[in-house]
Amino acid sequence: MASSASRFLAGGTTLIDLMKLHVEQPRKVIDISRLPLSDIHELPGGSVRVGAMVRNSDMAHHDLIRSRYPVLSQAILAGASAQIRNMATTGGNLLQRTRCSYFRDSAMPCNKREPGSGCGALDGINRIHAVLGTSEHCIATHASDMCVALAALDAVVYLSGPDGGRRVRITDFHVEPGDHPERETVMQPGELIIAVDLPPLPFAVRSAYVKVRDRASYAFALASAAVALDLRDGTIRDARVALGGVATKPWRAREAERLLIGHPCSKATFRAAADAALAGAIPRRHNAFKVELAKRTIVRALTRVGAQA
Amino acid sequence: MIGDAVDRVDGLLKVTGRARYSAEWPIDHLAYGVIVTSSIACGTITSIDTRAAADADGVIDVLTAGNAPRLPQNGRAGVNPPAGRVLSLLQSSDVRYNGEPIAVVIADTFEQATHAASLVRVKYRAETPALDMQQELPHARPYTQKILGQFEPSSRRGDVEAALGQADVTVDGVYSTPLETHNALEPHATIAAWDGDRLTLYDATQYLYGVKRFVAKTLGISEDRVRVVSKFVGGAFGSKGSAWSHVVLAAMAAQRVKRPVKIVLTRRQMFGPVGARPYTVQHLVIGARHDGMITAITQDVASSTSTFEDWVESSTLQTRMLYDVKNVQTSQRLVRLNLGTPTFNRGPGESSGTFGLESALDELAVALRIDPIDLRLKNYAERDPERGRPFSSKSLRECYARAAERFGWTRRNPMPRSMRDGEMLIGLGMSTATYPAKRMPASAVARLMPDGTVRVQAATHELGTGTYTVMTQLAASALGIPRRRVQFELGDTDYPENPISAGSMTAASTGPAVDAAARALRDRIVALGSDPADLESCQSLVARHGPLDAHGNARPGGEQQQYSMHAFGSVFVEVCVDPDLGEIRVARVVGAYGVGRVLNAKTARSQLAGGIVYGVAMALHEQTAIDPRTGRYVNADLSEYLVPVNADVGPIDIILLDEDDPHVDPIGVKGIGEIGTTGVAAAIANAVYHATGVRVRDLPVTLDKV
Repeated sequence: MASSASRFLAGGTTLIDLMKLHVEQPRKVIDISRLPLSDIHELPGGSVRVGAMVRNSDMAHHDLIRSRYPVLSQAILAGASAQIRNMATTGGNLLQRTRCSYFRDSAMPCNKREPGSGCGALDGINRIHAVLGTSEHCIATHASDMCVALAALDAVVYLSGPDGGRRVRITDFHVEPGDHPERETVMQPGELIIAVDLPPLPFAVRSAYVKVRDRASYAFALASAAVALDLRDGTIRDARVALGGVATKPWRAREAERLLIGHPCSKATFRAAADAALAGAIPRRHNAFKVELAKRTIVRALTRVGAQA
Repeated sequence: MIGDAVDRVDGLLKVTGRARYSAEWPIDHLAYGVIVTSSIACGTITSIDTRAAADADGVIDVLTAGNAPRLPQNGRAGVNPPAGRVLSLLQSSDVRYNGEPIAVVIADTFEQATHAASLVRVKYRAETPALDMQQELPHARPYTQKILGQFEPSSRRGDVEAALGQADVTVDGVYSTPLETHNALEPHATIAAWDGDRLTLYDATQYLYGVKRFVAKTLGISEDRVRVVSKFVGGAFGSKGSAWSHVVLAAMAAQRVKRPVKIVLTRRQMFGPVGARPYTVQHLVIGARHDGMITAITQDVASSTSTFEDWVESSTLQTRMLYDVKNVQTSQRLVRLNLGTPTFNRGPGESSGTFGLESALDELAVALRIDPIDLRLKNYAERDPERGRPFSSKSLRECYARAAERFGWTRRNPMPRSMRDGEMLIGLGMSTATYPAKRMPASAVARLMPDGTVRVQAATHELGTGTYTVMTQLAASALGIPRRRVQFELGDTDYPENPISAGSMTAASTGPAVDAAARALRDRIVALGSDPADLESCQSLVARHGPLDAHGNARPGGEQQQYSMHAFGSVFVEVCVDPDLGEIRVARVVGAYGVGRVLNAKTARSQLAGGIVYGVAMALHEQTAIDPRTGRYVNADLSEYLVPVNADVGPIDIILLDEDDPHVDPIGVKGIGEIGTTGVAAAIANAVYHATGVRVRDLPVTLDKV
């Protein structure tokens, strides 16, 4: 099984790029593309299980996903290009690395790539960097769109390792950089992602993903929001809000959800929730605009879902 | 047949992968060179440890300043601005920008060379680099050489101070454009192969003869020892107009290892070593009367250059001639930064300069409460006001009228934020487009072949622009034979000399030479009693006389002193802006252009539409980010250096005016490669102002600025 000196190869859309840049230099690459993990099916109890090798495009277009979790389908289709989505896998997307230019350029310092070398982005060009979940050692943005939707949906990651299997909630799967930016997930050496389970969430039929970016397609999010609302008679009974493009990990905004639940479905409610979601934001020199942008993105997503009555 | 929308004659080769680009020539015993670049912006290399690299599998040699052959004049023997550049040829230990070539690893395979290059360890004595355009602006120095060897670096007519003092309305603004890296899809690539003392370079270039001469001089060998081949180029935009360091390094490496060597730049290596459009900071002041008559314009442009070569972005030239203004003053200054030397980038000067000028004009229209088209018509130049000459032809009035009508300009409510489509803010903006009609001496040879076909050869270039196709059309038309009987060949210095394919001048330079060669061949065939159109008569003619050759030459003449020659156009843009999120999308573009005679309606539209997309990129996307401490090119890949994708570009509607110019050149064509880009950034920024009420004077117009 894979140790730190080896890497699993699934779609290769992150790993091969980074190997060409000398950022990833595994001694061994283990091809898992023929493992039988390409199925999407419903489990007893109503969860939907998505195999780790399911291609992003297959997940986005699958009837179970489109009908029950539209936010997830939208999030995937908002990411990358059709060609990349045809290659990229569910498990690989969970382990997608950051687009931080300092991480990707081995001539620059980066605590994530080379612990202790410093963070080039803190006082460098940091327009695309995170404002939530950062530390003094790393402000790299988590780049995935899919994971933002998974965070909103309380997905569960199913891991297999030398000591057997275990299940990790998506919000616990990725970790904030803290003092160890090189550590991005709770996965242990030798563990492999087998599947992602999507718990039943009936109100997720009313959900949306809004992504804001510098060009219309094939660009990473400057801010994104995955939201779902359970509405009865104009009142919000339950809510899910997660953010992308602004945080070091797929960011579940629980404070925002608390301010939505039990309140009327209105602009004022949405704005209050958005303010709460960004309350802990720490902007840097070039990314201060993201704080307000993220709030507006949340409001836009909530407004869109609220109008889906 | 001239003017028809003819399909590209090389289209099938391209879509089937058989068009051979420079990196693709099958060469026996080929070795691979990979360039090692600096990781500081300014200083000296104190040590460079190549032992691990040299010991790595497959490595043949590692070239550094310590062991590279000494070149004449420290590698500067070929320097001849603007196309002959100061390069990085391992002649010294100095580092002048981050990403500068400092070594070449040569190995049996590309992968081995790439791996070994990562093992080279370099120590530097670093100095503090100059990197921030704004910060260095106070140190800008006047540019004093002639621009492109032709135009005064500064200009002054009338009395701008007095006129500004008396103006009813004045607008005064600073407009800036970022460092823009060309990013042609095809990376720069060179294969260098020596045969004794003869060097063949397969090179992705816009300038075969320029590379030939420059490399010969730089290496200190005779010009006739160097042959350059370049059959297809995958986009250039000015970046392949000069022989850059990798071309000479490939020749040096091949000489050293006594094998042919191929060097293909990585995407990252296309940031710095092969040029970019420099930063510009343009201060414009325009004074006008209440009735819209412009009485004075001043434009001072500071553009960035490297610390080792003065290269100027001539953003003032269009301001001197575009409007009939009595008092005009322009100046160019340079700011030296520790970055790679800038170079021509599609519409050099005019693309950046029209952003400043045409944005300022829009601000003036707002201040005067005059329609932007009316303002331009009010100041329409019937003659070139700077040189006092008539234009060889000018259809700009018609361009405004036709584009405005097609666009539906009259439905525009001039109030900002007054137009919406649902929730989205709609903005309509326009600009004038202009680019000079240039040409240089060119030559071609036409030969009647035994099978009755005609082979025409000229050492020009196919950059994706349609050269193969339009030259085939011209030759066939001059001979009065079908296109299928013409074989046009380019891309080899064994063919007659032609100028650089830049400045939108290939059709106007090479076209007349091809036309002349074909006409001369026709005359010979007729004089010998045959009919060019009759295949069998041509075949028997060759059987009797052997293959017939005819040469054609063309060069600019007295018309250059009599007329001012420019293409003109007008571009209209509708943008859609999200009022909350600020996302800006170009909904549609209409452009009308007077470009002389159109040789091929299809490739012409492609050129102009491509130019417009380039302008959309400039307006909304492109900017090279530089790390403020290290001078590292931060977004040096196509994932973070954004250019438009299809979804960013709405419908582009091109109107080609019927323009007869009897003066510009024998075939009546003006260039079309660059005018499409000019004016677009201003039209978009003007449309964004109309949509939002926010005037963005600093490109690109991104959502965080509105």
